[in-house]
Amino acid sequence: MNLLGKLSWDAIPYDPIVLGTLAVVAVGGAALFVFMTLAKKWGWLWREWLTSVDHKRLGIMYIILAFVMLIRGFADAIMMRTQLAVATNGSEGYLPPHHYDQIFTAHGVIMIIFMAMPFMIGLMNIILPLQIGARDVAFPFLNNLSFWLAVSGALLVNISLGLGEFAMTGWVAYPPLSGLEFSPGVGVDYYIWALQISGIGTTLTGVNFLVTVLKMRAPGMKLMDMPIFTWTCTWANVLIVASFPILTAALAMLTLDRYLDFHFFTNDAGGNSMMYINLFWAWGHPEVYILVLPAFGIFSEIVSTFTGKRLFGYKSMVYASGAISILGFIVWLHHFFTMGSSASVNAFFGIMTMIIAIPTGVKLFNWLFTMYKGRIRLEVPMLWTIGFIILFSIGGMTGVLLAVPGADYVLHNSLFLIAHFHNTIIAGAVFGYLAGFTFWFPKAMGFHLDPKYGKISFWCWSVGFLLAFMPLYVLGFLGMTRRLNHTDNPDWNIWLYIAAVGAFVIAIGIAAQFVQLFLGFKNKDKNLDKTGDPWNGHTLEWSLASPPQFYNFAKIPHVEDIDAFTDMKEKGTAYQRHASYEPIHMPSNTNAGPIMGLLATALGFALIWHIWWLAGASFIGLIVAFICRAYASNTDYYVQPDEVARIENEHLDNVAKG
Amino acid sequence: MNLLLTRNLSKVALAALVALLAGCQGGVLDPKGQIGVMEKELIITATVLMLLVVVPVIIMTLYFAWKYREGRGEAYEPKWSHSTKIETVVWAIPIIIIVILGVITYKSTHALNPYKPIESEEEPITVEVVSLNWKWLFIYPDLGIATVNELAFPANVPLNFKITSAGTMNSFFIPQLGSQIYSMAGMETKLHLIADEPGTFKGISANYSGHGFTGMKFEAIATPTREDFQEWVEMVKASGEALTTERYEELVEPTEYHPVEYFGTVKDGLYFDIIWEYMGDMGRIDFYGKPEYGAQLPEGVILPQREPKSTSHEAEEASH
Repeated sequence: MNLLGKLSWDAIPYDPIVLGTLAVVAVGGAALFVFMTLAKKWGWLWREWLTSVDHKRLGIMYIILAFVMLIRGFADAIMMRTQLAVATNGSEGYLPPHHYDQIFTAHGVIMIIFMAMPFMIGLMNIILPLQIGARDVAFPFLNNLSFWLAVSGALLVNISLGLGEFAMTGWVAYPPLSGLEFSPGVGVDYYIWALQISGIGTTLTGVNFLVTVLKMRAPGMKLMDMPIFTWTCTWANVLIVASFPILTAALAMLTLDRYLDFHFFTNDAGGNSMMYINLFWAWGHPEVYILVLPAFGIFSEIVSTFTGKRLFGYKSMVYASGAISILGFIVWLHHFFTMGSSASVNAFFGIMTMIIAIPTGVKLFNWLFTMYKGRIRLEVPMLWTIGFIILFSIGGMTGVLLAVPGADYVLHNSLFLIAHFHNTIIAGAVFGYLAGFTFWFPKAMGFHLDPKYGKISFWCWSVGFLLAFMPLYVLGFLGMTRRLNHTDNPDWNIWLYIAAVGAFVIAIGIAAQFVQLFLGFKNKDKNLDKTGDPWNGHTLEWSLASPPQFYNFAKIPHVEDIDAFTDMKEKGTAYQRHASYEPIHMPSNTNAGPIMGLLATALGFALIWHIWWLAGASFIGLIVAFICRAYASNTDYYVQPDEVARIENEHLDNVAKG
Repeated sequence: MNLLLTRNLSKVALAALVALLAGCQGGVLDPKGQIGVMEKELIITATVLMLLVVVPVIIMTLYFAWKYREGRGEAYEPKWSHSTKIETVVWAIPIIIIVILGVITYKSTHALNPYKPIESEEEPITVEVVSLNWKWLFIYPDLGIATVNELAFPANVPLNFKITSAGTMNSFFIPQLGSQIYSMAGMETKLHLIADEPGTFKGISANYSGHGFTGMKFEAIATPTREDFQEWVEMVKASGEALTTERYEELVEPTEYHPVEYFGTVKDGLYFDIIWEYMGDMGRIDFYGKPEYGAQLPEGVILPQREPKSTSHEAEEASH
């Protein structure tokens, strides 16, 4: 028996780009290690952050993960765009298919699963419990475990860079191409286990936050009093809970095909790849609404805050989000109108898809009428929002066009499609997250980001987006299909060049994001948010200090309005000093999460490389760790009233000074 | 500096627009067949219909953002958050547009159904299309010839494509003629196209199928007349090559940028064999139960009769 399974020296890809990347990562990692060791920060990092069950800290760690993976995913994007810009007129470019095909697969997987999802879940983690007046989520340890499962999946994707290969199937991994017959390497296995492990983490997050919202709202807060961001996150969590198990099941069947010679999706022995394609999109379509609904919530919060108004049509917004969520489950077939379904089936799914444009359109109008007769402060979050409304309406329009089967028959899989979904995911979801990042950064960290570079970032992203993706719409009309390695049509060249320029402009936008972070930290003392309410906010998170006290609320507030904090400010009940406090029951940090995450990584790695002993050992380890955690008794503690009083008084003094 | 930038940007934009209008040749907005023409019109109609909402939204966004920004002293109503009138209108507008679009969609989806034969006085030509890694095999069952990576047919004659795959999934697509459809192993999909004028069009696979996908291209040649097409057929026949089972096995081996090949004769029922390969013993009844949906049995092939195992009811269930 081979102790290392399929793993050997041959697994290291001797490619200058990969080796260069690995060298940079190694040097950076070593520098970080030395710094942490010299500063004696390892213990602090482990005790205060990695083992933390505090939803705010987990949220921050999620967003750090999202930014790290954004760099990785964006590096892929830049490589693809430059490849296509140089590989014209029959030239082969610098990325041969073996490398290029991995890049576009990794780009899709990383951006959706390991950038957008952690970003969304990170913001939800930080804000949602604060908005409903809760002290933490319903299952704090589970929350920590979810995070580490997400990290585990991200680690596997990154390991594939230096050991073996990643899938060369496109991010959808359709069989039979992703089956053993056509993809015998470890690439698809990396794909399967990275998605499987992080997907389970996401399902747990969905369950956790649904329970939190249903059971832990502050007294007085009825469901129809919940802040709109909480509502859209809730719909997203409903979608997560309903759709992620489908992905888990589909991947499990693909795993059985690849590992145990089952025939769910193979060409022969009665397998049928159409089953996978249906299942994949039964998850995949709701997934895009999981990404975009919370972003809609963020825009709603920002519009009502920066216009100094109540959100127009709150109920419409809630019902529209619900309609989008439910309809999102009965449109999956529009991803394969060209598979030969009958005209009636295609027409049904086409029309269902269009119907989603109705609630989405209502949302756009509601944002507009929130701006109407408002007093608009054009701060960075508001810029993102206005940019979003304009760009997203274009993406929505092209989406409805693709929903017409007759149009899709010629636009399917073309660059028009690529332009469309980047238009909705970037100008919809990512703009939302970046807006939310700027909006809630002072809340989470206690100081502001640099607004100048925030604006630069916004303009570069917007202009870069237009330059990078409008040409792709044109290329789609010109008949260019997706995932081509090189081209030989002179009519396409100019558009490919413009798109590449756009990618570099977006790169400046991303760099500006990091500069605003850096300057924010550098000028921290000048930009402190002492009151906890820097934007004159409407909802409960702004009633707390920035960063919030670790127990969030000293006394759980009583909520009487959708804009709970505005209501308190108006009634003069905000910033109350209490004579006495109750002891606060809090969850203790636990090392079970990171340990289980590490074991899950080992399990995934072992299964990918067929290292069976390690797979068995880490699987047993996972179960043992879980049992140990289940029987642990030191899982909670009480914060004493005098400590609460000290922290609260310090904050209220600050508010009085501010 | 800013002004200069704006000026240059507008120059680039203008150049881009001109290039767009001039560069539409060869794409889906430059259709050369009836199906493609209908699809182009559909795209334009749907887009114009949606622009009716999208353009006002964009203008209103910019206008409101400018009009109600802080410091202009415009009306400010912080508590105004509901208006039944406005809400009715904002639900009604998208509903009306989508109802109209829905009707268009229903009609056009049936009219453009790829499985629907094209009505014409002309006798259609049937082509059996097989996607191989990474090339296209075209079999003309009625003419007894086959080609690789070259497809010819007379203009103004309906084309009946029967499509399958011998491996991964691809999508059979000639952008200037219109619709595409997937090719899948062990299954047959159908597509009906027609060229309205002679010409040479690009044909591609529009579904990524692995390493050599980029090179999976073919030329679709619409000849001016049937006589020209007949000449092409004679040329293929004169090539003398025979597409036997053995030769086909060689062809199945993965290749990239496969050159055009002609086969003067084809083994009877080859297309049928390719689908059958994956079917095993399954689905035999379904396959022949509905001849209008199934592959045509080649002449002279007699199927072994399936023995009735049980009552007809159970057999029917088993066949599903």
